[in-house]
Amino acid sequence: MQVDLSSNYFELFALQEKFEIDEVQLVRRFRELQRMTHPDKFASASDAEKRWSVQAAAHINSAEQTLSKPLSRAIYLLQRRDVDLAVETDTRMAPEFLMMQMELRESIESLETAADPYTAAQAARKEVDQHIEQTSEAFRISFQLEELSTAREKAREWQFLDKLLAEIRDTEERLDSDY
Amino acid sequence: MALLQIAEPGESTAPHQHRLAVGIDLGTTNSLVATVRSGSPVVLPDESGNVILPSVVHYSRNDDSGKCTVVVGDAARDHAVSDPLNTISSVKRLMGKGHGDRALSESGNQFAQADEDNQVPAIATACGDLTAIEVSADILEALRSRAEASLGGELVGAVITVPAYFDDAQRQATKDAARLAGLHVLRLLNEPTAAAIAYGLDQSLSSAGQETATDEGSLVAIYDFGGGTFDISLLRMTQGLFEVLATAGDTSLGGDDLDAAVVAWITQKGELGEITDAGDRKLLAMQAKAAKQALSESESATISFTLSSGASFNRSLSLSEFEELIEPLVARTLQPCRRVLRDAGIDAAAVGAVVMVGGSTRIPRVREAISEFFGRRVLCDIDPDQVVAVGAALQADVLAGNKSDTDMLLLDVIPLSLGLETMGGLAEKVIQRNTTIPVARAQEFTTYKDGQTAMSIHVVQGERELVDDCRSLARFELRDIPPMVAGKARIQVIFQVDADGLLTVSAIEKESGSVASIDVKPSYGLKDTQIESMLKDAMASASEDMQARALAEQRVEAERVLLALQGALQADGERFLNADELAEIDKLSGAVASAIDSDDVDRIKDSVKALERGSESYVERRMNASVRAAMSGQSIDRVGDSLTDTASTDSAT
Repeated sequence: MQVDLSSNYFELFALQEKFEIDEVQLVRRFRELQRMTHPDKFASASDAEKRWSVQAAAHINSAEQTLSKPLSRAIYLLQRRDVDLAVETDTRMAPEFLMMQMELRESIESLETAADPYTAAQAARKEVDQHIEQTSEAFRISFQLEELSTAREKAREWQFLDKLLAEIRDTEERLDSDY
Repeated sequence: MALLQIAEPGESTAPHQHRLAVGIDLGTTNSLVATVRSGSPVVLPDESGNVILPSVVHYSRNDDSGKCTVVVGDAARDHAVSDPLNTISSVKRLMGKGHGDRALSESGNQFAQADEDNQVPAIATACGDLTAIEVSADILEALRSRAEASLGGELVGAVITVPAYFDDAQRQATKDAARLAGLHVLRLLNEPTAAAIAYGLDQSLSSAGQETATDEGSLVAIYDFGGGTFDISLLRMTQGLFEVLATAGDTSLGGDDLDAAVVAWITQKGELGEITDAGDRKLLAMQAKAAKQALSESESATISFTLSSGASFNRSLSLSEFEELIEPLVARTLQPCRRVLRDAGIDAAAVGAVVMVGGSTRIPRVREAISEFFGRRVLCDIDPDQVVAVGAALQADVLAGNKSDTDMLLLDVIPLSLGLETMGGLAEKVIQRNTTIPVARAQEFTTYKDGQTAMSIHVVQGERELVDDCRSLARFELRDIPPMVAGKARIQVIFQVDADGLLTVSAIEKESGSVASIDVKPSYGLKDTQIESMLKDAMASASEDMQARALAEQRVEAERVLLALQGALQADGERFLNADELAEIDKLSGAVASAIDSDDVDRIKDSVKALERGSESYVERRMNASVRAAMSGQSIDRVGDSLTDTASTDSAT
């Protein structure tokens, strides 16, 4: 089965292909598409139609997830320009960024032993969020200016920062289970 | 959506016939069945007027005739103390569990010896060794008969509810049980989502959620603390759309555990020592449950009984003592509550309404604790025992096609991450928890040896890093990979989770385009062939009437498929198919037509399958085209400008 609704995710949601998107339009179009394709709409259809519907709805869900999260949207935009982040083969990063990243990681690792770990986790998240804000803005500008190599660098830094956020979440979860 | 359906309601032989469909709450302690009658949901009672069917099954065998008798519900529960080993309760806790799971030893049942080709533990009963799936099928069968008697006809299908936190094995086991009970499963629906539907279409929630209701909809938390499982789901509700944002829970935490805390208290206070007699244990559990229930209404409960050894117990349990006993368990439910809020990125204060579901939420202390946690009054307007069945019935009514004008749509999520075993016993996540379903992810693999034609993929479910700490779902053996130099093959494996939350895996070798065949070994489930043979056994013992009915049903189904396809082909067959393709479908249709004239159920079934396979690409092209047409229609209406922009960007690149 082939689901073939559009040539790319932006077209699927009738959005302009750029980093800033109309989120209201994304949500509205997502709901319309789900109402057309969701398996619940095909509960008494033939098996072939059911299979198509599962795949179509899955495709729309993936597209929505990719575009609704700024980081995955950024990576998708780069992919559309044939820019690969190549996280596994290319590990070069700016030294200043690596330093900053290491410091953040150290402070995250010490969260669990902090006097008030929940508050400390909140503070750490705020700090990472600030870095993400700067990095995403830098991505937006460089992508807009078609400076793709800078955009790529910023997207990779953003990915690192995003991993730090996940580590903070994991720590908080561990704290919950000790609670 | 009739536009896309080959089988349009208007094309069926009885256009406006109401299709009988039910919602079933298959609970740990109690089960219910509900339907929608003249637009309103009703829970169906048994002959004595009881809507609740205790999820208890008793098996006995007549010594003379050797005939087996199965009793479900209150009548089965009466045997709990006198014939404990043949009286199975809380079987839901065993669904999808393997040998050696703690749930088995805690269940108080006797299990048949594990053997190699049977991964599913079986309980030793007077009627033979029975898996939890078969016992659940007996409960479902009782509910199906109740519904058919009450509605006066055969059911076209059922929506069966499962705890939101059920993993793939537990879901599959539930679906298999339904199949054994002769029920067509329209959908497995998560219990908290079912409750949300019941409330969503009820005035109480719309008014309660109003203070935070905006265009973005209202945020609702469903706290579902039942007999054996606990779920918390966070949903956004907007004009008929139910979007689950996050879910969490504990599938072995429920009222049974509260009872166990009281049992421990009784044993300690009464200095009863270890209770070994199975009948005594059931007696104690029933006493504890009765005391717990009494304490939802009064300040103290008297517990008084005599054991088979003659030892007796007589003492009262005060409400404050009881609350102290259950406090650690209540606290355990708060941990998943914190997690859903974090996963959804939402503050407790932003939640517009908190709904209580499940028998355990009748306990005042539970309501109080959750009310404190969310900082608002909790809602329990709809009977917490019935609300899940009611929601399931509403969904069943929609899925059966009785409400074609509905704008109701559910978007649920996968509760636990899916991962693959990688080097060193690590689990690599392929699909993250709380991803909206259906979902599909492709992963590429290659061979590591020259000429390698097979490989194995181990799929696990859970959040932990080590495979051993996750739950093993299945091992997939990929075969028929064309032999190539090591590293040359590009095998794309697609993991797809459908709207029931069930995983299927398919694979294709991209260099050659050949489809690799997959052999699935479920870690804790019945193989498809085992289910087939159980069904065949049931069919063999069925009366000739039943077999005649099966033939008649198969004929009707085949005719329906033929008619629908012919209708569609007439409308647009030539638009989507070339002459060869049309001729092929014509040939397959002819085979179905001649199979219908035979008395061979299997032949009819196979010919229909062949036709459906043969017309697959037609369906595909037709569906893609009609959604594209619908999309562009909407685009012109609402977003004409941005679409033009997109088009120009596209042409520029």
